[in-house]
Amino acid sequence: MKKFFALLLALCMVLALCACGGKTETPAAPAAPAAPAEPAAPAAPAEPAAPAEPEATLIKVGIINNDPNESGYRTANDKDMKATFTEANGYEASFAYSLKNDEQIAAAQKFIQDEVDYLLLSAAGTAGWDSVLQDAQAAGIKVILFDRTIDADPSLYEASIVSDMAQEGNTAVAWLESQNLDVYNIVHIQGVMGSAAQIGRTGAVDEMVAAKDNWNLVTQQTAEWNAETAEQIVQAVIDSGKEFNVVYAENDDMAKGAVAALDKANISHGVDGDVIIMGFDCNHWALEELLAGNWNYDGQCNPFQASYIDTIIKDLENGIAPADKVVIMTEKGFDATTITQEDVDNYGI
Amino acid sequence: MSEKLKTTNGGVGSFLLRIVRQQIFIPIAALLILVLFNLIMDPSFFKITLSTNSAGNPVFSGYLITILDNASELAILAIGMTLVTASSGGQDISVGSAIAIAGSVLLRVLCGTNSRPEVLQAPIIVAFLACCFVAMLFGGFNGILVAYFRIQPMVATLILYTAGRSIAAWINNNELPIISDPTFGYYGNFIPGIPVPTPIFIALACMIIIALVLKFTNLGLYAQAAGINAHSSRLNGINPEVIKLISYMILGICVGVAGFIKVTRFSTINYSVVAKDIEMDAILAVALGGNALSGGKFNMGASIFGAYVIQFLTTTLYKLNVTSTALPAYKAIVVIVLVVLSAPTVRAKLSVLWKKIAPKKDVKEASADAA
Amino acid sequence: MQEGIVLEMRGICKFFPGVKALQNVDLTLREGEIHALMGENGAGKSTLIKVLTGVYQKDEGQIMLKGIPGAVSIRSPQDAQNQGISTVYQEISLCPNLTVAENMYIGRGRGAVSWKKMNADASKLLDSLGIPAKANQQLDSCSIAVQQMIAIARAVDMECKVLILDEPTSSLDEHEVEKLFKLMRDLKAKGVAILFVTHFLDQVYEVSDRITVLRDGQLVGEYAVQDLPRLQLVSKMLGKELDDLSSIKNPEDEISAGRKDEPLLEVQQLHSTAGIKPFDFYIDKGEVNGFTGLLGSGRSECVRAIYGADRVLGGTVTMNGKKIRISKPIDAMRNGISYLPEDRKRDGIVGDLSVRENIILALQVMKGFFRPFSRAQAEKFADEYIKLLDIKTSSSDTPIKSLSGGNQQKVILARWLLTNPVYLILDEPTRGIDIGTKVEIQKLVLKLAAEGKSVTFISSETDEMLRTCSRLVVMRDRKVVGELSGKELTQNNIMATIAGGEA
Repeated sequence: MKKFFALLLALCMVLALCACGGKTETPAAPAAPAAPAEPAAPAAPAEPAAPAEPEATLIKVGIINNDPNESGYRTANDKDMKATFTEANGYEASFAYSLKNDEQIAAAQKFIQDEVDYLLLSAAGTAGWDSVLQDAQAAGIKVILFDRTIDADPSLYEASIVSDMAQEGNTAVAWLESQNLDVYNIVHIQGVMGSAAQIGRTGAVDEMVAAKDNWNLVTQQTAEWNAETAEQIVQAVIDSGKEFNVVYAENDDMAKGAVAALDKANISHGVDGDVIIMGFDCNHWALEELLAGNWNYDGQCNPFQASYIDTIIKDLENGIAPADKVVIMTEKGFDATTITQEDVDNYGI
Repeated sequence: MSEKLKTTNGGVGSFLLRIVRQQIFIPIAALLILVLFNLIMDPSFFKITLSTNSAGNPVFSGYLITILDNASELAILAIGMTLVTASSGGQDISVGSAIAIAGSVLLRVLCGTNSRPEVLQAPIIVAFLACCFVAMLFGGFNGILVAYFRIQPMVATLILYTAGRSIAAWINNNELPIISDPTFGYYGNFIPGIPVPTPIFIALACMIIIALVLKFTNLGLYAQAAGINAHSSRLNGINPEVIKLISYMILGICVGVAGFIKVTRFSTINYSVVAKDIEMDAILAVALGGNALSGGKFNMGASIFGAYVIQFLTTTLYKLNVTSTALPAYKAIVVIVLVVLSAPTVRAKLSVLWKKIAPKKDVKEASADAA
Repeated sequence: MQEGIVLEMRGICKFFPGVKALQNVDLTLREGEIHALMGENGAGKSTLIKVLTGVYQKDEGQIMLKGIPGAVSIRSPQDAQNQGISTVYQEISLCPNLTVAENMYIGRGRGAVSWKKMNADASKLLDSLGIPAKANQQLDSCSIAVQQMIAIARAVDMECKVLILDEPTSSLDEHEVEKLFKLMRDLKAKGVAILFVTHFLDQVYEVSDRITVLRDGQLVGEYAVQDLPRLQLVSKMLGKELDDLSSIKNPEDEISAGRKDEPLLEVQQLHSTAGIKPFDFYIDKGEVNGFTGLLGSGRSECVRAIYGADRVLGGTVTMNGKKIRISKPIDAMRNGISYLPEDRKRDGIVGDLSVRENIILALQVMKGFFRPFSRAQAEKFADEYIKLLDIKTSSSDTPIKSLSGGNQQKVILARWLLTNPVYLILDEPTRGIDIGTKVEIQKLVLKLAAEGKSVTFISSETDEMLRTCSRLVVMRDRKVVGELSGKELTQNNIMATIAGGEA
């Protein structure tokens, strides 16, 4: 009987592995129907692109990304990639998704074997990439990093297109300062501690609170990106009767949770309200809240790296090396008083 | 000696001893300590005020209401988790992921293919039943693995724990639907005119239902018998496999209800963070209730009580405004103390301690009587 | 301390809430003697042993050991072992999923383990004791009897001064018992003091030198074996003069009535996954019959097949002339068949549940999932049977696992009597039970038969079977090899049939 269980477990493991492996082989099935105007699905890399060979002009790119289910940000990022690297644009793209570094490295090795021209990489982890990137270099494959950086010699990649989370924080805090309040009593809701976004977006607030006497933190706690936890934290502040006039939430979900708590207590918020609401990530629905005047500010975390990459590749094809190795994307901050429907449609993810 | 023992049995000490031996003592003691602590720190902790919310409806507010409100999902899950623990001697660690699935199904039924519907595509009650039904099926899947394939519960439910949130995203084509119909939000917040949060009523309803089920069926007896001694139960005509399966399906229904509350709180869902780590809190609630995690006898009331104690602790920590990085550490310390206190060996030692203290009191009483 | 005394317990008292388990009990063990500790269930034997081995802490009294001035305190079983007191418990307390050798040496504080040496040592010891097990065999692949002997081997190898054997023979057959006795005598010759707890009077008189008798937690006395004839021993244990045990069965009255036309239950060519050969069997209304044979001959497997406890592979069951299908226990229960299983701890009791819940369990299941008994009703049933069977428990709320073995068995018996069965199968109902309860159970069986119920009775003790059964089915090697009834029912005939007929 025991042997039977062992066998069954082994079977489960194999199935699980297959499931994981499956992700690296094909573009994620669930995401496909959601992608707007998706052209013909890229050829599965399992058959090394035989049908595409006659069209020698197509540039072969292998794109390694995190699982699009991970977050709205990632979903938008993946959609953007799929929309840009199309045959119509002169690309033959293959996708691999994983949240695990080792699976991503395996996918990279596969792309190298398939002799792609460019390897586009959003690494799950920062370490362990040296040898595979050296292989890529030896095979004449150019590597471009997007969204995430890695701990490797910069000579191993052509460019790195990233968001500057600290800059996002600074932009937001600068906006807040420009509101010229007499006193800033801030409820600061943090993301998962230690994540790049949390560190960047928290840093700017901490600096300002330390520098200015009229900037105070009423509370500073992590809601781990979770709306409900954020609601509970703000609820606790309200129940304690402490005064506050700013909610600085490090993503839209948490801002939403905070607003729910304010609504329960009938505390006005948004434009002309008692409490300023700030969020990040520019979710479509969040920008709508801005447009309606329920929130005050939303900071962008730009998921649209594809156009940057496209430009760099086209330049490289023409023999022009990128001017800077590290390309910081422009990231906007939207103010409820100035946002337009156009902005919502263009920048909402 | 025996005479002395007898008098002790009748004394105050033994009364306390009897209370200490009660299973529900630990969560009650934990709650009392938390209450006392909060009372000292800030007496206004227990103030409840009637105010109006932004929609102009009367609502009660205050820490106690917040705690009762936010513990609803946990209390509901504790019901199912207790049964699963009792009958299968293990825990379901997939409830968080399953809540994501249940919530996703709920939204899918309400929204159809459009993630921002102007009007709901189905009555809320239909969506609610569909969500509970699907959650029950997933519970049944876990139950079959545990009962018939004899896989350890934690390993069996690991499958859904890993895959659940992806399945949830897949159900809605990876969209994040938002319901704009205000009546949907009533279930997770307030029904206009009723100042008590709706989740409290839902949790209460679940408790009443399980109390009735335990009173008018043999579920409790069967689940305990199957969990304590499956061989013996079988020879007494019980089918332990079916009982385990039923327990997991009941937990599935609990998951469906909890998912319904979670989604109605914000009228939307975030697959990757909704009900994150709630399985650990649900298991902890069962443990806090003094129930053996290895199965067998259970005390449903104590488990549910444990759930409220956990939420009380969480809210207290938010209120104390401890730094984010230190929060898990504080929680861990409190949990360790509580779990150690409820461990049988420690309780046995405590009883012995009581005994040693009690006779002295008795002697004093006796001498007072003599005087 | 006198010369030659290894261990002395004086004025030991132990109290549990509401129960005085031990009061002023003395026990003296001398070098190189086998000392029997006798008493009914609940007399305090187990408690005394647990105090001696550090499982319980005594409330009053002193324990003295040879070579140590003053009283010693024994804080834990480990502590007891270190002081040279080893125990083999009634219920096997080894780890079923470890190997035999690991079970013999684990937890002995040897530090680094050399598996090779451990296996070699174990093999040597097993050989010298004639235990049919391999050192690297997994323990649960051995029979219960062999497991018991391994537990003894483990204790023996601990260089003990005092060896406590708590019901070591209850699951051994005669051959194995002989081996154990030889081992005990060897140890005695080496100067080990052996405290021997058993319910088998024959065995006491076969090996013991001295007897200490307990009753109701109090010391009755210590006697040399030759000064205490059996009848006196039994009456001291029971605290009253004993009816003549052999006269409980009415002389051959039912048998002379002859066979009725139609049996209550008849099975043909029944066999199950437990590996018994297809067998035929019948029982009449009001009959008491039995299965007999050596341990492992298939007696239990036969009745388990009738009850549906093992998966039936083929054969027919007819009850009152009608064919019935029994594929699982509930089918049997609905047909009025009850089964008291052989392994009380594994298959009988539901340990953590209360006596009350254990009593009503079967009837409750038959009544149905949606129709639970009210608390008052359940209490009424429980109290009725606690009184009827004289179950010693502080209340019906007490968990059954805290009762003594005999009282646990009575609870299981109560469970089945409550279902008012027409056919009751009792598989080893008297194993590990004191003599008083044994007689009670035997009487009960005959009383039930007189009321028209049919009973199949299985016991390892042939004389017990002879006293109760009017017909015996004899088994050997998982096959029915004979049937004895009426005047054929003698000890010799049974032995001959079991052994193979030629004799």
